[in-house]
Amino acid sequence: MSVALRAAPGTPAKDRVETPFRRFVSEFAESKLALLGLAVFVAIALLAVLAPWIAPQNPYDLAVLDIMDGRLEPGSRNGDDTMTYWLGTDDQGRDMLSGIMYGLRISLVVGAGSAVIACIVGASLGLLAAYAGGRTDSAIMRLVDLQLSFPAILVALMILAFLGKSITNVVIAIVVVEWAYYARTVRGTALVERRREYIEAAECLALPTHRILFRHLLPNCLPPLIVIATMQVARAIALEATLSFLGLGVPITEPSLGLLISNGYEYMLSGKYWISFYPGIALLVTIVSINLVGDHLRDVLNPRLKK
Amino acid sequence: MRKSIRAATMAATSVYALGFGLPALAQQGPTLNMGVGSPVTSLDPHYHQLSPNNAVSDMIFDRLVQTDAAARNQPGLATEWRPVGPTTWEFKLRQGVTFHNGSAFTAEDVVFTMQRLPNVPNSPSSYAAYARPIVRMEVVDPLTIRFHTASPYPLLPLDLTNVRILDAQTHANATTEGFNSGQLAIGTGPFRVLSHRSGDRIEFERNDNYWGEAPAFQRVNFRMITNDATRTASLLSGDVDFIDQVPTTDLARLRNDNRFALSETVGLRLVFLGLDHLRAANENSPFITDNEGRPLGRNPLKDVRVRRALSMAIDRQAIVDRIMEGAATPANQFLPRGTFSHVADLPQITYDPEGARRLLAEAGYPNGFRIQLNSPNDRYINDARIAQAVGQMWTRIGVRTAVEAQTWATFVGRAARAEFSAHLIGWGSNPDGSHPMRNIIGTVSSERGWGASNRGRYSNPELDAKLAASLVELDEAKREQMLIEIQRMAAEDVAVIPLHIQTNIWAMRRTLQHSARADELTRAQDVRPATMR
Amino acid sequence: MSVYLLRRLIQAVGVVAAMSIIVFIGVFAIGDPVEILISPDADQIERERAIRALGLDLPLWQQYLVFLGKALQGDLGRSFVFNEPALQLILQRMPATLELAIAATVAAILIGLPLGLYAGLRPNSLGAKTIMAGSILGFSLPTFWVGLMLIMVFAVQLGWLPSTGRGETVEVLGLRWSFLTLDGLAHLVMPAINLALFKISLVIRLTRAGVRETMLMDYVKFARAKGLTPFRVTFVHVFKNILIPVVTVTGLEFGSTIAFSVVTESIFAWPGMGKLIIDSINVLDRPVIVAYLMIIVLMFITINLVVDLTYSVLDPRVRLEGK
Repeated sequence: MSVALRAAPGTPAKDRVETPFRRFVSEFAESKLALLGLAVFVAIALLAVLAPWIAPQNPYDLAVLDIMDGRLEPGSRNGDDTMTYWLGTDDQGRDMLSGIMYGLRISLVVGAGSAVIACIVGASLGLLAAYAGGRTDSAIMRLVDLQLSFPAILVALMILAFLGKSITNVVIAIVVVEWAYYARTVRGTALVERRREYIEAAECLALPTHRILFRHLLPNCLPPLIVIATMQVARAIALEATLSFLGLGVPITEPSLGLLISNGYEYMLSGKYWISFYPGIALLVTIVSINLVGDHLRDVLNPRLKK
Repeated sequence: MRKSIRAATMAATSVYALGFGLPALAQQGPTLNMGVGSPVTSLDPHYHQLSPNNAVSDMIFDRLVQTDAAARNQPGLATEWRPVGPTTWEFKLRQGVTFHNGSAFTAEDVVFTMQRLPNVPNSPSSYAAYARPIVRMEVVDPLTIRFHTASPYPLLPLDLTNVRILDAQTHANATTEGFNSGQLAIGTGPFRVLSHRSGDRIEFERNDNYWGEAPAFQRVNFRMITNDATRTASLLSGDVDFIDQVPTTDLARLRNDNRFALSETVGLRLVFLGLDHLRAANENSPFITDNEGRPLGRNPLKDVRVRRALSMAIDRQAIVDRIMEGAATPANQFLPRGTFSHVADLPQITYDPEGARRLLAEAGYPNGFRIQLNSPNDRYINDARIAQAVGQMWTRIGVRTAVEAQTWATFVGRAARAEFSAHLIGWGSNPDGSHPMRNIIGTVSSERGWGASNRGRYSNPELDAKLAASLVELDEAKREQMLIEIQRMAAEDVAVIPLHIQTNIWAMRRTLQHSARADELTRAQDVRPATMR
Repeated sequence: MSVYLLRRLIQAVGVVAAMSIIVFIGVFAIGDPVEILISPDADQIERERAIRALGLDLPLWQQYLVFLGKALQGDLGRSFVFNEPALQLILQRMPATLELAIAATVAAILIGLPLGLYAGLRPNSLGAKTIMAGSILGFSLPTFWVGLMLIMVFAVQLGWLPSTGRGETVEVLGLRWSFLTLDGLAHLVMPAINLALFKISLVIRLTRAGVRETMLMDYVKFARAKGLTPFRVTFVHVFKNILIPVVTVTGLEFGSTIAFSVVTESIFAWPGMGKLIIDSINVLDRPVIVAYLMIIVLMFITINLVVDLTYSVLDPRVRLEGK
């Protein structure tokens, strides 16, 4: 609350009105590294969004793939001599460059989608558990215990059996696996926070519960939550890769980065490195950029680092 | 303290030895370290009908009728056998054979074994079927036994290649747990069990009193390394001397590395496509639609021209070369050349996309249709990759194919309920045409016990009648002719679409040699030091 | 306090019951164990026999009641695959997994805590930035891929470490442990590191975030103003405060390390519970799945209880409910 009222020192506030958003932007821009991360991430996101228009090949169309072009080295030409596979091809003759662009789309949707949904569900339940206490707390926390003990592979198998195989269902499976982490972490922090004076003050003012939860309690639980959330995007992408590795991930004809990596995994020993190396690099760059942004975001948003 | 220092130096020298790879074998003494890809679930030879279990059983126990590397019947604990009447088989047993604990092998042990087969509690896949045709056993003398069957039963010797013989005294009340602990894992075979850690490793010691050819190694360390890439890595790093189920992706590297050798042979496992014969010609098949995704109103797979077109559209040689990296043979039938009832003059299915398109047009699908091909992704070598390749080829003749691969656990139940329009599956059979015909092509019938794996629900009464006749024919030559005719019928009707027969491949240090087995069993007695290379 | 514990115990029973029902329905929906386990040669008669032998001929609710009846007498059923008591199978494999999980957790704390502390105290130094960038590597690459790379480099190329499996074991208290022998330790290093990578990053990040915040707290400023040594400030005042999230997460992670050692164990052919459960899930060996999950659920409940109790010890502001 006090954050918004205080003017940031050194800001020329003559003709511009200081708003929380502008302040946020200027603070964010302080870190060159975070800006670089943001730029890279935007570039990657654009690449993913525009893939159908800029990719040399539609890697999801079986009609354009030819196994006779399979496992070609980077820089090879295709059988009809009409295109060059700059990053080589996989076992199905899929152009790796196109595969990576399309795969980015799926990995970003799966990673970000599942992390955001899991975060919202988990954080809300965690806050509620800490604030309400008593039976609500016990019920939610035992649900967390139950959830955490189910191996991701079993959850994924069950969802596969009940709902069939699709990208949406992979997201659902990851949300089901991950929400409990958020709930557990948020509850831990919130338990400490709710005993602090500002919550007592808010309660004395008879503010509505949702307001206390989301306007007062939540911002103060944010730092660990953001740490977890930025990591969980990466973890969700890696989990999707692992599910694909175990044969439970996205459909094989629409590979994500993770599935490309796990397909290429089997070729690592035989020296056909490009099948999993380039998707691996793409994954790494994506995750590093998300984390550069996330790390700095956490510092900027943290009310307790504002001094 | 002193002890740990010594341990440290020993570890250091063994690392040293590993670094040099080749001389290490000589220093290790006569121990063979094997890495196998499929876990052994039990040491009870009658508990679970599963290849890895059978392989280990072959090391501990013996069969009346053994099979050689090419899967032909050979004398085992029985030296000779013949039918002595229309419903009676007589087996002469080997003299002077003893179990590991010294007790002698006699006809009583055979009787005991056959009686145990249907009575192994909790077995998820028993050997009872091999005892079922026998109505009575007659011990003529300690080394002669007669089996009486209800009707003429030509397959008895083949059935007995699946049965490992136990000792009537030692195993009178034996439980599966007793075998698993290693205490009761006592047979007449070339190795005895030293220790067994379920799912991890089994340690064996040579049986110096073995009646047959003595194994080359004093000790065998049989490790289960299920992940393909790490199994190869274990061989490369020298932690194991010998591996089975070499992933096709590593073949090129191993062939080019002169520290290692490969052994390979054509296997008995066919990978094929099953098609939906269950829905009638005027019904919708679950995963077939027209090009706009609307129901088709008919099942195109009921038309033999469509089935033939789908078969002709597949470039089997390309799949073998590109996906299997040479580790398979294009197939037009269930059994490979050289086995009993192989149809030698059945023409190869030629790759002909133009002809396939013409056939589709003739059948009334000039613009094709859409289909989904279901496949397991953890069962057969490169299964999901093959399915995608087939998807490419079908799409090119206008049959737009979606490929869905899932784990065997979820796949097989749906396949068994005939939920798919087209599915990829495999079949590893006893080398006798009656097996695949009865289980995959024969009409599903619980009284006959046929069609247990007929997941496309193919049904052809004419074929069924001929098959029934062949199953009671004791004259082997006549029986073979009958089976050849039946298999030709199935091939002409495109009951299933055969793709290829897998090649079984093992890899080992160059100092070893191995006789590759068609039946995929990985057994220590088949490995010997290399004579000359 | 005892009322609190009793209530947690009752809740635990409820959780276990809910879990077993979910597993029964889930496994039933996934597929048919008989189809998976049976030999392709088996005919219809044999199939029906196998279904009866595994008790799968009854309706699902009756199967559950049979299971419940036996479970109340301490019998969790026999594995479909191994024909051995499911509980015994799991307990046999448990030491291997515990060993791996403990090694990974210890490694995570020993490596993660100092690095995180450093990165938090000197946030703008080059060292801190390297640590933070490096920690991203720890969780951005899939475990299976990193595992194979470790094997490729340290076992195949350099030949320093054995590639797979568990080394020599020593029997202590009736269980086999491998960390007491040199050979065992050599086998333990790579899988433990593989499993620890994610956790190391997590601990680094949590510690750094905690340190940065705590350093700005009034009581830390006050402590510094009072003239306490930086060492004392860091290790008494700051450290105690950042331990809460680190304890929570490490506790949670210990549980999930055991639960998710699946991939590491199958890559390194490590004969633990993780490998058992993935094999069991692949063949739908329901008794083993139920028994395994039961153990894991109880473990999570215990860990969470311990974490909650630790909270109240570490931070008196947290009070336990049900006092």
